[in-house]
Amino acid sequence: MIVPYALEISVVCVGIFLLMVDAFLKTDKTTIAWTGVVVLLAIFGMTFFLSPMPVGAIPSSFYVLDPAALFFKRFLLLATVLTLILSIDYSPVYLKFVPSAAPQAGLGEFFTLPIFACAGMMWMVSANDFIMIFVALELVTISFYVLVASMRKNQGSLEAGVKYLILGALSTGFLVYGITWIYGITGFTALDGISSVLPRVPEQYQPSVLFGLGLVLVALGFKVAAVPFQFWVPDVYQGAPTPVTAYLSVASKAAGFVVLLRVLDPFLSVAAFQGKVFGILTILAAVTLILGNLAAMSQQNLKRLLAYSSIAHAGYLLVAVASLSAPGAKVAIGFYLGGYLVMTFLAFLVLLNVAKVSGGDDIRDFNGLGKRSPVLALGLLIAMLSLAGLPFTIGFLGKFFIFEAALASGQYVLVVLGAITVACGFYYYLKVVMAMYWQPAAPSATNIQVSPFGHFLIGLLVLAIILFGIFPQPLLGALTHL
Amino acid sequence: MNLLLASILIPVLAAILVIAGFNARRTAIFAAALNFLLTLVIVGQFKQDGGYQFLLSVPAVPALGIKFSLGVDGLGVAMLFLSTAVTLAAIAIARPPKANVSWFYASLLFISAGAVGAFVSVDAFFYYMFHELALVPTFLLIGIWGSGDRQTAAWKITVYLAFGSFVLLVGLIGLYLSLPVGSRTWDFRELAQLARIGTLAPAPWVYLTLFFGFGILVSLFPFHTWAPQAYASAPAPAAMLHAGVLKKFGLYGLLRLVTPIFPPAITEPFNNLLLVLLLGNILYVGLVTISQRKLDLMLGYSSVMHMGYIFLGILSWTTIGLAGATLMLVAHGLSIAALFALSGELRERTGTLKFSELGGLARTMPKFGLLFGFAAMASVGLPGFANFAGELMVFFGGFSAGKPVVGLNNFQIATAIAVWGVVISAVYMLRAYRRVFFGPPLERWKDLPEISTLAKVCVVGLLVLLLIFGFAPQLLVNFVLPAIVQP
Repeated sequence: MIVPYALEISVVCVGIFLLMVDAFLKTDKTTIAWTGVVVLLAIFGMTFFLSPMPVGAIPSSFYVLDPAALFFKRFLLLATVLTLILSIDYSPVYLKFVPSAAPQAGLGEFFTLPIFACAGMMWMVSANDFIMIFVALELVTISFYVLVASMRKNQGSLEAGVKYLILGALSTGFLVYGITWIYGITGFTALDGISSVLPRVPEQYQPSVLFGLGLVLVALGFKVAAVPFQFWVPDVYQGAPTPVTAYLSVASKAAGFVVLLRVLDPFLSVAAFQGKVFGILTILAAVTLILGNLAAMSQQNLKRLLAYSSIAHAGYLLVAVASLSAPGAKVAIGFYLGGYLVMTFLAFLVLLNVAKVSGGDDIRDFNGLGKRSPVLALGLLIAMLSLAGLPFTIGFLGKFFIFEAALASGQYVLVVLGAITVACGFYYYLKVVMAMYWQPAAPSATNIQVSPFGHFLIGLLVLAIILFGIFPQPLLGALTHL
Repeated sequence: MNLLLASILIPVLAAILVIAGFNARRTAIFAAALNFLLTLVIVGQFKQDGGYQFLLSVPAVPALGIKFSLGVDGLGVAMLFLSTAVTLAAIAIARPPKANVSWFYASLLFISAGAVGAFVSVDAFFYYMFHELALVPTFLLIGIWGSGDRQTAAWKITVYLAFGSFVLLVGLIGLYLSLPVGSRTWDFRELAQLARIGTLAPAPWVYLTLFFGFGILVSLFPFHTWAPQAYASAPAPAAMLHAGVLKKFGLYGLLRLVTPIFPPAITEPFNNLLLVLLLGNILYVGLVTISQRKLDLMLGYSSVMHMGYIFLGILSWTTIGLAGATLMLVAHGLSIAALFALSGELRERTGTLKFSELGGLARTMPKFGLLFGFAAMASVGLPGFANFAGELMVFFGGFSAGKPVVGLNNFQIATAIAVWGVVISAVYMLRAYRRVFFGPPLERWKDLPEISTLAKVCVVGLLVLLLIFGFAPQLLVNFVLPAIVQP
């Protein structure tokens, strides 16, 4: 049996080891990424042989291993593996923008930084104390600052890096400030401690606690790309290297939601705060749904469209968070994020392969893809339909579980908004389908070859989307104790 | 192997084979014919008084009581028959497009699979999912191979129906949540049973949400604007499948999930509102139909208009009204499919369907004209065709519905007004027929080829079915009656 925190320790060790290998490796650097993939998969295997947390080994406020944490650790490991595979595909593009004397210099860091971010996020989903949450979050964010800006000669990447850095730093400030307010009233940074004190907070101090929680929500809203803290999303998503964009939109969002759920837990179990917190969440969910979906409709660039779609999906997830009083809401969030992982990576996988050949990621670069590369087109078709929420895909079931939870907890306004925004979603996702199948390809457009491994990966993701879309039980089974 | 599962899988597998590179047309026709034969086998083995048969059930999401269950009762068999018959006609009559032949046939097969799957599902959740399967193929069919303003039409139908489906989904979830924890289910049989014993007592908003969700999908006035344009732009086989089969999904849902479940106490307050809306279908859309200047748009509007009668039959909540609605469901599906098939053939020949550019075609194509006349008369409701029997029963049902009052009650007034719709449909159909087929023959249409044998066989097949059910409506009514009338 393996002690739980050995997982994070191993991931960090892998990262350090690979960095060292990078310093001495003279030949093809993609070996680093492949090694990372294999080792992370081994660590994924380790998660099935964990011993229960030893009592008193470390304070449980620092590290918990509940079913949610375990599920999301696996989730994050898989997301990192997929990111590394995308990064290998992306490395020729990456090298174009990172000139240096040595061949393939810079590639090592590009492959290892996601591993460090992974360690940070795995710690984040286990953190049960504001201090730990903060430290883990910074490990993640700093890795992402570098990753986003790592294509040094690419203006878009640099612009994205600066924007992400400044707004990220600002949100960190909000987080710390919020924590101090909560600490000031309750005297605890540990969430367990806070939840024991909260019911006894005198009435005149309750606004102060809420103020602190509001500041924390601002910071987490930034992480999960909720409106009105979404300003960085479109530019950063568009400018960042594509694998980093995918990683940011899936893993970072998921970790953010887990922390959000953990932080909200003490507040939602106290009647005095419950109503107000749900009110704030409802408003957040509503504006995120509306803005994310409406803004996505006019996008002409697929990466930007996916950025706004990422905001829109944050909206649906927030609907579930605002419905946490229903018993199925947490399962719905876990399931939705699981589906989001598969379909988003599939979309970015195709995007990356097309952009590599046609040199751009505007929607019109996908014109006639149905003829130019039927496999890629089919993959993107399934990804778009699943993101839109068409039945027989995992995306539909995700939305279904969330709507079910929302209705069960009486969030009728959000459900009505959701039904409208889903229709908007059909519009902008089908725009991509339209380009692929209706529009003729540009005369200069070439056919796109995909490696057998690429075919295998697309097939695997498509299969996951459809199989879980019909029989979600295996995934739901992993989520039952959430 | 379960026959119902097979009838869903055959079109899906055929679609995959077609995309993989098999001869598209032959594979599709073979699959459609096989499916129709399978339906005949199912009809043959079906026992009339046996409730749901050919059952298959696999749990899908036990936590939410969702099962993948298949089964048909009399109503389900009737809808299955309609689906596979129209599918066969549509795929046989379809002309392979110049480009993307495989995707064209695959899309048609997927629509067919979605329709069949919806009608043979016993679980409301999968019933819903199967309907959505047809959404994207329709989008592609209209968008790629449509005519006229195809892009607008494709967007409109897709976004509109996606919205309608989610309204419906909200209604379905609401219905599910109205059940107490522990007995929650999506099974049609259990839902009806629980409603009968009073365990299922949904709130009025569930009723309204379901009615409007289904209403949008069936083009209830004023949510009908997606339909005419989409049918006009769609290639003929897509219009046949959508107007003939898929649109019946919503009405079928009303018969399955609304009439057996909601007590009069909930439905009565909304009757006046819904009566006004369905009169909007019959009168307003009917008048709009008269003013159309193109055959395809006129047919699209006429199909919207006829939905009003079926709504009236369902809303009457009487045995004869429900039976009439069911009969009209099938009859309208067959007749509108025949009409769209013929108008599609006509467009292939002339390239235009504007009344002002057509005329005197009966002289160059007498057989074509005769068949079109039959189909048009069937759609108007000429005695002898199933549409007539259906409309008559709907009117009887409508007139006997509602509470007895001094003078005429709301249902009787509505029925009295709705009867005028028959006149309206006679006006637009006869005018269209005169404009297209009679009058002085135009020089430019002198050499139009007569209807092909294949198309003739398809249309005659549909018309024969209409005549059979017209002369012997009890064939169908006896079949579906146990299913729609609760003991």
